[in-house]
Amino acid sequence: MSDSQTHSINVAQSTQAHRGLNLDREDICLTAEDLKLYYGEDQALKGLDIRIPKNRITAFIGPSGCGKSTFLRCFNRMNDLIDAARIEGTIRLDGENIYDKAVDVPELRRRVGMVFQKPNPFPKSIYENVAYGLRLQGVNNRRRLDEVVEKSLKRAALWDEVKDRLHENAFGLSGGQQQRLVIARAIAIDPEVLLLDEPCSALDPLATLKIEELMIELKKDYTLVIVTHNMQQAARVSDYTAFMYMGELIEYADTDTLFTSPAKKQTEDYITGRFG
Amino acid sequence: MNRWFKSGTPWIWLNAGAVAASLVMVFGLILMIAVNGLSFFWPSEVIEFEYQTEQDAEPRRIMGELQRSETMTAQAMRDAGFTVPEGQDIVVRHLIKRGNRDLDSRDFQWYLADFMSEWERPRDAVVLERLQWGDFFGYIREYQEDGETVAEGAAARTAFEERMPQTRELVQQIQRIERIEIGRVNFELERLRIAQRGVERADELSLEERGQRQEELEAEREGLDARYAELEAERNALREELARFAIVLETADGEHSTIPLSRIVNAWWPNDMSVPAKLRHYVGSFWDFMTGYPREANTEGGILPAIFGTVLMVILMSIVVTPFGVLAAIYLREYAKQGPLVRTIRISVNNLAGVPSIVFGVFGLGFFVYLIGGNIDQIFFRDALPSPTFGSPAIIWASLTLALLTLPVVIVSTEEGLTRIGASIRHGSLALGATKAETLWRLIVPLSAPAMMTGLILAVARAAGEVAPLMLVGVVKLAPTLPLDGNFPYLHLDRAFMHLGFHIFDVGFQSPNVEAGRPLVYATALVLVMLIIVLNLTAISIRNYLREKYRADSD
Repeated sequence: MSDSQTHSINVAQSTQAHRGLNLDREDICLTAEDLKLYYGEDQALKGLDIRIPKNRITAFIGPSGCGKSTFLRCFNRMNDLIDAARIEGTIRLDGENIYDKAVDVPELRRRVGMVFQKPNPFPKSIYENVAYGLRLQGVNNRRRLDEVVEKSLKRAALWDEVKDRLHENAFGLSGGQQQRLVIARAIAIDPEVLLLDEPCSALDPLATLKIEELMIELKKDYTLVIVTHNMQQAARVSDYTAFMYMGELIEYADTDTLFTSPAKKQTEDYITGRFG
Repeated sequence: MNRWFKSGTPWIWLNAGAVAASLVMVFGLILMIAVNGLSFFWPSEVIEFEYQTEQDAEPRRIMGELQRSETMTAQAMRDAGFTVPEGQDIVVRHLIKRGNRDLDSRDFQWYLADFMSEWERPRDAVVLERLQWGDFFGYIREYQEDGETVAEGAAARTAFEERMPQTRELVQQIQRIERIEIGRVNFELERLRIAQRGVERADELSLEERGQRQEELEAEREGLDARYAELEAERNALREELARFAIVLETADGEHSTIPLSRIVNAWWPNDMSVPAKLRHYVGSFWDFMTGYPREANTEGGILPAIFGTVLMVILMSIVVTPFGVLAAIYLREYAKQGPLVRTIRISVNNLAGVPSIVFGVFGLGFFVYLIGGNIDQIFFRDALPSPTFGSPAIIWASLTLALLTLPVVIVSTEEGLTRIGASIRHGSLALGATKAETLWRLIVPLSAPAMMTGLILAVARAAGEVAPLMLVGVVKLAPTLPLDGNFPYLHLDRAFMHLGFHIFDVGFQSPNVEAGRPLVYATALVLVMLIIVLNLTAISIRNYLREKYRADSD
């Protein structure tokens, strides 16, 4: 089968997958077109197409190993760090192909922030964690740093808990606080998109709730893409949901539609807990 | 029994036993060195007795310090050619330090207890520490000024004790003039001599210009010569002043000896000292040992140049090895593509740590001293040739050789530190828009600083104790000048230096007077151990500070 044939089939499939989706009234922030990713010989992503709307929360759900985290990491080119990974296709951020040769990857990552599964604060003070991104950009003005640190911590709903110990080590915080600190660190450099890779999987229910509230708050300013195992979480916070299985995008729709009347049998089986 | 084995109890006992044995060995070693080294400075009592063997017609009076005693079988003694009283199976013999090497060369002598009379401990027995010929044991009989006896008996002792502080001061003044002032003039003269030779060879100058330069240098030289003469006159005046005073002593067997005060370093009456006085003497002699220059083929005096050389060399080595090792480790771990080549390099680096240190010495001599040093001399110090400047063993080459020797340690521990920093922290930084280099320098390197310090600690511990390679590349038995002094450029990397480890070897095994050197071996070893402990503690406290600063949970 030639490449063009494969693509046309994929397009046909994905049009089908996008049946319950109406993005006409949304600004589109990120698009993936026929995105394929190979780990050596194995194909992990099999030609994905998606349009992610601006200032909305888009959730990727699916069973373990379906490629949703890998897909997420394509949006800020974190997969570049894996030697064996090879990518075909395009991803556009505001219309520009981020896999273009001319793209400055650090600059891209400044525009597309990321929060990881396990909280990963740097072994520095709370203040220095949040200021890290700014310092990278050469901002050393104390006043400006103070301002941004305070603003970011407030936005991440952490300020009240840490304002008296900004210069203590970040490892003194609880897991949930660390995750909010990492979010504050990411938004301190004012990205356009925030990718969250299972941000609550290491947290207790209360901390999870706080992060969810925070996400809803943050979507006013940022486009959020979240990978989650937790279907209730996807249902609670996201506006749009994509269900992935075995490296393919099975169904992409607005969250209500996907959870109430899934178009595909596989989706229904997954969300009703019959497999996965 | 079977249950006892299964319970694991024997293992626990075995492991605990191994720990206990190691501790006993370590503390035993330190204790042995400390006891032997520190007891040397304690003013031990002077004993006097009569000694008459069966062959002797007349008894001899012997005075000295008891060094140690041994119990031997009579048979062994007879076989060794000693006369031992009949009907005895076992004899006790004592080693007496008699001093007075200028009167009788046998300053350490064994005596059989059977032929000794009762020991006396005369209160007025004096021990003199002299600039030459070692200690003197005897009695002060007269005190002389300008060759005339001024006081006798007990009054002589008082007069002598009153005079001693001034004498010490004068001696120090003379030493200061000789070491510092005259040393500086000599240093300048040598510089001038080389400059003059340079002018002679300078082809780019016309004859006239050369003549002019020569004249200028000559004028400068005359000034220095005048200064030298001045200093010499000053010194001679002080010496004359010193030479005015002397004491007459009588040894135990009645010989008289006149000793000028200028030759006396210290004097004490051990049988007439209270415990606090002994303690004062003890602290004083230990201080003199730590801060003094060696005398008498290193068997007396202090070890300051050796301490200084060791510390300076270790510091220079650390300055060289840390950046090199850290940079190499960063490249190997962070940038190099991990493959067979890098693996081979890593194995080679590890194996480098196992190369016998003397091999590094040979390499240092051939590569650093002869090749690099020789070429530096050819290029920059032509005027001084044929006498080498950098082309001979020197502290810089010793430091570089040891840096090479300890490089693997630093590389290995830095690499380990870099590996321990997990991917999640690196990704966190990259996701914020940092480049790989920024992540490295802002995050990874500071975080692995404690591991680098660990490498440095191991390197220092190894370098400070290493002797064999140093003998080839820079250490000497006696260095006339320190590598750091008041003459520009202050730090003289081209000078040979003294080292505690080599000093131990030299005093213990190369000295003409092994018995006299023995306590110094222990004392020097103790200082070396202490020095390494101090250097390590410093590095460890820095590391702990860094660890605290970059505290990470151990993931």
